[in-house]
Amino acid sequence: MVTLARAEAVAAGRATPLATVRHRHLSDRPLVLVPMTAAGEAAAPLGALVGCDRDRPRLLVVPQPRDRDLRFAFLAELAAEVLPYIESYADGPGDDAEADAAGDAPDGTAAGDGDGDGTERAEEPCADAAQLLVPSRAGVEYVRLLGRSMRFRRTAEDDPDTPHPAPPRVPLLGRWLSHYGERARVPGAALLLSATELLARHWATGQSTVEDQHLGALLAWITDGAAAAERAETGRDAEGQLLVPPAGPATDPAFDNRLLAPAMTRFDRARADGDAAALRAAEDAVARLVESRLRPTWDALWRSYDLLRALPAGAHVPGRWLGDRWSFTAHRDRLRAGEPPQPRRDDAVTAARKLAQRERALAELDAQEALDDPLTMAERRLAGQAFVCRTESVEMAYSEGRRPMPRPLVTVVTDDEPHLEDGGKVYRELPGGRTQRALVAGAGEGRVTVQLQDGMGRSRAPAEGSVPEPGDRVVWTLFEHTARRGPALPDPEDTPWTHGSPAGRTAEEPDRVTAEDFL
Amino acid sequence: MTTEPRTGARTGPATAPEHRPGTEPGPGTDAQGPATAAYGALPAAAEHPDPATAARLATEAILRDTLDGPARGVLVDSPPGAGKSTLVVRAARELAAAGRRLVLVAQTNAQVDDLVDRLAREQPDLPVGRLHSSDPRPYDPVLDGHEHVRTATNLADLAGLDVVASTAAKWAYVAAARAKQGADAERWEHAIVDEAYQMRSDALLSVGGLFERALFVGDPGQLDPFSAVGAEQWSGLAWDPAASAVTTLLAHHPGLPQHRLPVSWRLPASAAPLVSRAFYPFTPFRSGTGPGERRLTFARRSDGSAADRVLDEAAASGWGLLELPAAHTPRTDPAAVAAVAQVVRRLLERDGTTASERGGGALTADRIAVGTAHRDQAAAVRAALARALPREAADAVAVDTANRLQGMEFDVTVVLHPLSGRPDATAFHLETGRLCVLASRHRHACVVVCRAGVPELLDEHPSTEPVQLGAAVKFPDGWEAHQAVLAHLADHRVRA
Repeated sequence: MVTLARAEAVAAGRATPLATVRHRHLSDRPLVLVPMTAAGEAAAPLGALVGCDRDRPRLLVVPQPRDRDLRFAFLAELAAEVLPYIESYADGPGDDAEADAAGDAPDGTAAGDGDGDGTERAEEPCADAAQLLVPSRAGVEYVRLLGRSMRFRRTAEDDPDTPHPAPPRVPLLGRWLSHYGERARVPGAALLLSATELLARHWATGQSTVEDQHLGALLAWITDGAAAAERAETGRDAEGQLLVPPAGPATDPAFDNRLLAPAMTRFDRARADGDAAALRAAEDAVARLVESRLRPTWDALWRSYDLLRALPAGAHVPGRWLGDRWSFTAHRDRLRAGEPPQPRRDDAVTAARKLAQRERALAELDAQEALDDPLTMAERRLAGQAFVCRTESVEMAYSEGRRPMPRPLVTVVTDDEPHLEDGGKVYRELPGGRTQRALVAGAGEGRVTVQLQDGMGRSRAPAEGSVPEPGDRVVWTLFEHTARRGPALPDPEDTPWTHGSPAGRTAEEPDRVTAEDFL
Repeated sequence: MTTEPRTGARTGPATAPEHRPGTEPGPGTDAQGPATAAYGALPAAAEHPDPATAARLATEAILRDTLDGPARGVLVDSPPGAGKSTLVVRAARELAAAGRRLVLVAQTNAQVDDLVDRLAREQPDLPVGRLHSSDPRPYDPVLDGHEHVRTATNLADLAGLDVVASTAAKWAYVAAARAKQGADAERWEHAIVDEAYQMRSDALLSVGGLFERALFVGDPGQLDPFSAVGAEQWSGLAWDPAASAVTTLLAHHPGLPQHRLPVSWRLPASAAPLVSRAFYPFTPFRSGTGPGERRLTFARRSDGSAADRVLDEAAASGWGLLELPAAHTPRTDPAAVAAVAQVVRRLLERDGTTASERGGGALTADRIAVGTAHRDQAAAVRAALARALPREAADAVAVDTANRLQGMEFDVTVVLHPLSGRPDATAFHLETGRLCVLASRHRHACVVVCRAGVPELLDEHPSTEPVQLGAAVKFPDGWEAHQAVLAHLADHRVRA
């Protein structure tokens, strides 16, 4: 299906829709972050546009990325922008862990992010959670990298003797960004999203998936067609600069060499000379250059946001966002409880728990996207994993036993070709969101007979609406709609001998300062 | 068969021999020295001129280490058809006889049922428990025929039994329930973990607390476990949850005694050298039978068609390659599927007879398998067979994917080559284990159906998997194994 859509996009010279609904939650007030990094060094930010207001982004620039003090100043400013936004969501319901236990017990869909550090859980999740949008998948990686680079820093308050103390709120920002980066690895999670992945999920272009990582080109395929996309990807002006700068965080080498490097050299010279006016001018020049590269991406990101917001949200999207809210709340509680930063490496139990949670999330995401969206379901029907049918007849039958329960036999007509086996299970969604299970009692010649197994209430007569009427159009799937939770894993303290027995769980040391840190 | 459905990308590093760049023993690693009967002691036994003696010596060394050795774990690598199940049953009986309380851990219900059935047939008076799920038809009804096999969904109903068998998934629930009860839960003295190379590390993590010592048995050449979601963030860690149980075990206990079974009783003399060289270059094995001891003959003469010529070639040499003209095709290539069906049909129409050391007999449909890479290919072949054969015969031929054919044995296999007609060679299609499974299910002959041009395709697609620091490099890689197999098949080629 995706291949077909891509072929159609090539033929039409325009992107084809892959979805009829929006499959990810988009906040009313997301925080957009367009980072840019200096070439040649990991996690050396060059600048960023950040903010919730599309017309007034805050520009942060590091005029000389190799200077650690300037870099810390940038991170402190970033923290001053991002943390108040995050914290504005952290208050509110669920704030008071002592609140009465009226709320639904957490159903574990969120059960954190697998970090489960044994923190007391709040009774309710935060009413909403902060959402971070970045331009591309590389941006998501960059958020994770920034988080990793900050969360083990020591501030002067933590340790008065630390030789290069970080500004006060920087480690905290590192822990939040680390959490967002880690949560982004859970399929279907929406705390941290990238525009290119969002657009690529909802539209198929005629270019390769690697090219789809170019936000400008991807957006042009959707709004203006293939020719515009090619211009966006490769077009350069008279000075050899890209017309549409890459969405970053990496920069175009032509920009680095011809524009940025001379500007930085001027900045360095002015600083060496101690010339305050020249310094300010050089600083402004770098800032203007950086902004000229960031602003088009910023605008493209908001255009993507508008396009996606125009799609109605899928029916299961709020449910998945609830999981994100739980994840957000759990992290807030860990921070409030004064727990140490997330360890550098997961221990055996945490890693296994995260993997299991993500596999469950993926299975549920696949099922929910299909249920929400006929276009996605069509793909599953083609694969023989689901079938759409018209109910032909219903024959009442009852289970054996002391209290016979209804087990009606429903015969349906379908044009699909599902891979059914006698006695195999099929599932459908009942109005109200519950899942009904049935066993295949016979199939062939475009007819399928299934025996309903549950969802019909407790009495002898099935509850209203729980049995299809002749003529009803029903979608049955061969896959389950929810993923079963596996058995609990051992506690980290009980890590078995096969996995090296429990490793000492001590708070990790801050990153050591090496000679390379201060070139 | 109740094999778990497996789809998705392969992750995780895999098997021996291990090349671990830059790892040091992590916390909790055993400081054991090299164990007494590790590889060093083995070659002498493995090279004994008589295969039966070589196999017997290897088995004895394994049992010695398992019963009396100092190490908590013993690892046995078993090439295809080397008597792995026989070894597991023998070890279970000896451990039970020594009065050790024992759990048997296998990966699928079919594997557990098979083990319990064999154990009960070998020693009918040994009380064995089969712990099973509460799904409908949770175990093979054949177990009900054994007087001393007890089945239950609840461990409490199996109390007092010295041997209890179940799947790793079910044992994980037992482990979780015991953890809840508290620390005083009693542990089993010994476990036998079957198909350990197909077990994921996180599954072993769940059940590892149930037993004190364990014998791990598996085939390193078969398909690796995988996860549908990315697990790269943990690769290189000793406890990478998506790696195989054996990888994790060896990372933490590098000194564990490692054995291997040196003789394949399934593969004929024509196949063992190729499979050994292509898939087990560092742990070679040989066939239990010599050249000419296995024979496949047909009562009816060839009609000169390509299918008949490739069958004659395979009957004579053990291998046959039916090469179709080069083309890029959809996955369910109609011409290739039709060719597979035609080969199977002629195989039955020509009244084949097999002769082997076990005796012989008519080649019947249930002794034939068709292996494919994808499920839709298997479905297409099944549909084609249903048209080409009488219903009974069509139902009897096993048509399935490599994942589901793992551990099974047939007289003749017909394989639709994983790369046939493809424009690209992805990691999935190149996976060593997939080809190894497909090329090592037969006792007599294997016919491969393939579009021409695969060697060129391989040359255009060298492996490009990123190398992860600290992760074991899988060797040989699929690319090399594919080249080795194709080079060998080229000598047995029949053009359609």
